Amino acid sequence: MKHLISVLVENKFGTLNRVASMFSARGFNLESISIGETEDPEISRMTIVTRGDDQIVSQVLKQLNRLIDTIKVTDLTRQPHVERELLLMTMKLSKATQHEIFELINVFKGKVVDIKQKSITIEVIGSPDKINTTIDIFRPYGIRELARSGAVAIHRGE
Amino acid sequence: MNGSEIFFESLRREGVDLIFGYPGGALLKVYETLHDIEDIKHILVRHEQGATHMAEGYARATGRPGVVLVTSGPGATNTVTGITNAYMDSSPMVVFTGQVPSSLIGNDAFQEADIVGITRPITKHNFLVKDVRELASTIQKAFFLATNGRPGPVLVDMPKDILNASCAFEWPEQADIRGFKPTLKCHQNQIEKAAHKIAEAKRPLLYIGGGVITAEASEELQELATKLDIPVTMTLQGLGAFPASHPLSMGMLGMHGTYWANQAVNKCDLLIAVGARFDDRVTGRVDTFAPQAYKIHNDIDPTNVDKNIKVDLPIVGDSKNFLQGILKALPKKAEKHEAWLNEIRQWQEQCPMTYTVEEDSLKTEFVIDQVSKQTEGNAVVVTDVGQHQMWTSQYYRFNRPRSIITSGGLGTMGYGLPAAIGAAFGVTDRPVVLFCGDGGFMMNIQELVTAVHYRIPVKIFLLNNSYLGMVRQWQELFHQEKYSFTDLEDSNPDFLKVVEAFGCRAMRAETPAEAEAAIRSALDYNEGPVFVEFRVIRKDMVFPMVPAGGSISDMLLERLNPKTMV
Ligand SMILES: Cc1ncc(C[n+]2csc(CCOP(=O)(O)OP(=O)(O)O)c2C)c(N)n1
Ligand SMILES: [Mg+2]
Repeated sequence: MKHLISVLVENKFGTLNRVASMFSARGFNLESISIGETEDPEISRMTIVTRGDDQIVSQVLKQLNRLIDTIKVTDLTRQPHVERELLLMTMKLSKATQHEIFELINVFKGKVVDIKQKSITIEVIGSPDKINTTIDIFRPYGIRELARSGAVAIHRGE
Repeated sequence: MNGSEIFFESLRREGVDLIFGYPGGALLKVYETLHDIEDIKHILVRHEQGATHMAEGYARATGRPGVVLVTSGPGATNTVTGITNAYMDSSPMVVFTGQVPSSLIGNDAFQEADIVGITRPITKHNFLVKDVRELASTIQKAFFLATNGRPGPVLVDMPKDILNASCAFEWPEQADIRGFKPTLKCHQNQIEKAAHKIAEAKRPLLYIGGGVITAEASEELQELATKLDIPVTMTLQGLGAFPASHPLSMGMLGMHGTYWANQAVNKCDLLIAVGARFDDRVTGRVDTFAPQAYKIHNDIDPTNVDKNIKVDLPIVGDSKNFLQGILKALPKKAEKHEAWLNEIRQWQEQCPMTYTVEEDSLKTEFVIDQVSKQTEGNAVVVTDVGQHQMWTSQYYRFNRPRSIITSGGLGTMGYGLPAAIGAAFGVTDRPVVLFCGDGGFMMNIQELVTAVHYRIPVKIFLLNNSYLGMVRQWQELFHQEKYSFTDLEDSNPDFLKVVEAFGCRAMRAETPAEAEAAIRSALDYNEGPVFVEFRVIRKDMVFPMVPAGGSISDMLLERLNPKTMV
């Protein structure tokens, strides 16, 4: 099962490496990892997506906790949370397709960030599921390049 | 103060009076400062790997962290095996490495190695010092981490410019690490639940690991075991936590454990694991391990719980706190276990640990048994890795904690000699004895210089079978007797001559009578190291044995017949 783990870590060099190499050393699955500063510049938040049964995920959480540079580890999976991912994607553009493409961008609440004679770059924000669907739907129009941020997530407020 | 002075002042604050090191370019300033220091003794090793094993031997013998000082690049990379060894066996150690100047880091500078990157997965934590003002507090953190919670090695990388820069010396009141809060105190509800299970059990068994020795909880263990007549079996690192001479001691369990300890695991209805981690050399096949038992597991490291084996009652916390808690919570009325102990005694009689003695040939078992008798189980015993190591666990009767110093987790050949030297630096009121194989002895033989130079009275007992014996044993049992590259007969040196050339006293024994006399004479000699080469039977095998991945109920009891399963 997929798990979404939020980790507060010391904002120091090498921390990302410690976490990533722990996953590879222990043979844990690491689907995505994203990191950025929090409201406190000394602390970063990492969002990790991993897969495994309960026993494995419980080991993942304990191993994360064991790292000295981790301050707090939370499994958000079964708690109220918001999860978002950013997609940037460049596609082919032609007279024949442009109408449909613009319509779909609207459907997915995307934004055009750049447009050229023969290509268009868009951004879409949403749950990783929505991003997957977006990519599937646009694929027939000719995707040139795409980049995904990986999930970021946070507890829902009270 | 400059960085080098801050370095030594910080060591003083940590109570360090002994370091194992080797100089080099990145450490010139440190060694300049060291030249005029008298209250911190520096031991010059002959290879940085030796320094790490010495520091670990010292740490295991004394309980205090071992300290290593090496230069950048090759000096640093030479410590990798020793650091890994300390990590696997949870030994407290702080390794200081010199580093190229900060401005050159990342440039492939002369003698640059990314030792922080290299040692990330093999240290409990590591640091690169980026500002001289952080040097003292980093050293404080390093010692705090190495010695608190589950102990382990910590590395501090110190660039050359930091060691030359100056600032005021500031020593924080205490190390402040917000991400490190080990659970020492066990949960009271869990303790009470465990105490009830223990009081009710008909066939309980204590399974004791090195954590009990680290936690200095031997007294509590003895009190619990004798109060309820609970038999005690120990892991390799746990030996000595409970005296071998006590009738409740079942010796070691696992791959080369006693038949009766493994049978007891197999038949017990309650298994109380304390400071042990269900290592694969202990459990064999996990799904058949202690199949009838309710399992209680106390460990200080939460990641050890439910890692290899799912337990019924996990209790995270310090093992001393756990045992004290259990003793307090035990109900007045608790079962005694006469019938269970009788059952175990029968297994003991069925398959005792014995060996035969012949007048004109020598067995390793005999040598170890003799040393055990002559030292009355009170020596600090260090081993290398191989058959002699397993025989030591079987035939040396460890009567006190901090008595076995051996590479358990990593199984590092070459560990023994330097670890024994390090142990002898820390312990002077008990003899320090090394059992070593002819293969492993060659792996850090250079440290004999260190032992001779500092006149360390370590007893080096070489069990020479002219084979990489443990590998030969597996080749015979499981690999069609293809003795591929394990026969050292034609290539081994004349050990007596080699050792004498180092300036070390050396003897040889080829019969039981000679062995007995040589051991006596070695134990009597305390002016420096002494070496005895025992020429033992070449093709002996260690039994009983659980084949790797087999069930511990299926031990091989005899030699040369892998089909004999009991
Ligand atoms: C550094 C290292 N290399 C290889 C091994 C694999 N190994 C385990 S035991 C052993 C043989 C040891 O031979 P010896 O030192 O003569 O001891 P004996 O088994 O004969 O008592 C070997 C090669 C190891 N444990 N460590
Ligand atoms: Mg040998």
